[in-house]
Amino acid sequence: MTIRHHLSDPLLMAYAAGTLPEAFGLVVATHVSLCDDCRARMAGFDAVGGAVVESADAVALSDGCLEAVMARLGAQDTAAAVPARGAVPAPLADYIGSDFAGVKWRALGMGVRQAILPTAKGATARLLYIPAGQAVPDHGHRGTELTLVLQGAFRDASDRFGPGDLEIATEADEHTPIAEAGTDCICLAATDAPLRFTGLVPRMLQPLFRI
Amino acid sequence: MLAVRDRQDKAAFAQLFKHFAPRIKAFLMKSGTDAALAEECAQDVMATLWQKAHLFDASRASVATWVFTIARNRRIDVARRARRPEPEVLDWGPVDEPDQAEIYEAAQDTQRLVAAMAALPAAQKALIQRAFYGDLSHSEIATETGLPLGTIKSRIRLALERLRQTMS
Repeated sequence: MTIRHHLSDPLLMAYAAGTLPEAFGLVVATHVSLCDDCRARMAGFDAVGGAVVESADAVALSDGCLEAVMARLGAQDTAAAVPARGAVPAPLADYIGSDFAGVKWRALGMGVRQAILPTAKGATARLLYIPAGQAVPDHGHRGTELTLVLQGAFRDASDRFGPGDLEIATEADEHTPIAEAGTDCICLAATDAPLRFTGLVPRMLQPLFRI
Repeated sequence: MLAVRDRQDKAAFAQLFKHFAPRIKAFLMKSGTDAALAEECAQDVMATLWQKAHLFDASRASVATWVFTIARNRRIDVARRARRPEPEVLDWGPVDEPDQAEIYEAAQDTQRLVAAMAALPAAQKALIQRAFYGDLSHSEIATETGLPLGTIKSRIRLALERLRQTMS
């Protein structure tokens, strides 16, 4: 897998800081699971967090604080974490299972399907299924939308996005992604605002489908 | 930390506690947690450090970085009650022969970054701190930190390449 479109520094830093909404965190964690380059960059931002803690001005603790913890120390864990191996990257598998077969899709028309994933408020995450060769209805964005390709590929006016690639779209972007011929395209998308479609019918459907 | 991990050394743990617990408490208070809860969480973080010591990999991250990640996750648990999706765990394989040079470099990361942060203009340093205290959203975070992160990335990247080679 050759990944050409990566996470931005602000996204990685916010993820390291622990401030991203869960839906964005899911996209970041899934991309990092596929992309060693971003995993290495993430380590850099975690280290910045370490430096922030290290350079914090120490605040005095109550008497007996250490003793209370010492009294709590029991046996250390020994079991190593087991790496998951499935078609679906581990962080996403926590939401949908280890393959796409169990996903409860809802039809959006023209063969396009979606499944909204349960995440905390602040942003929404969903899986998108776009048949090969099919366009996703023209839409612009409010806020930020992250789209991570899991299977197949799509193109928009400026570029191609294949497996592992992440598209970061902002307010200014109005585009019509088209799934490439060949393999149906599955994406993990997260947005911190509702999408608005420019066609009349999709716009009427929007409240119904939460797209 | 290695004494805590490899020999369950409680005296070494007490030393780590004296260094880190007051800093974790300070970090959490800067993040908006009141003093009593911050201290309770600092205790939880240090207890987790003991319990999960076997997961500490000295050739990948410094103790300060590891402490930070535990404190961050504790803060998320307490404040937001939301999940933080974590990347897939990598199986780094047996660590019987840790690379001493890598361990040294990882430990140095924190010192280098602390020095680099101290040398930044005050406003820039404050932005980085605010980002990690949880005061800034991703759209408010500046692209350029002014910190030397390239060496850390290169080291981890090389380790990942070696790992992928042994896996294939």
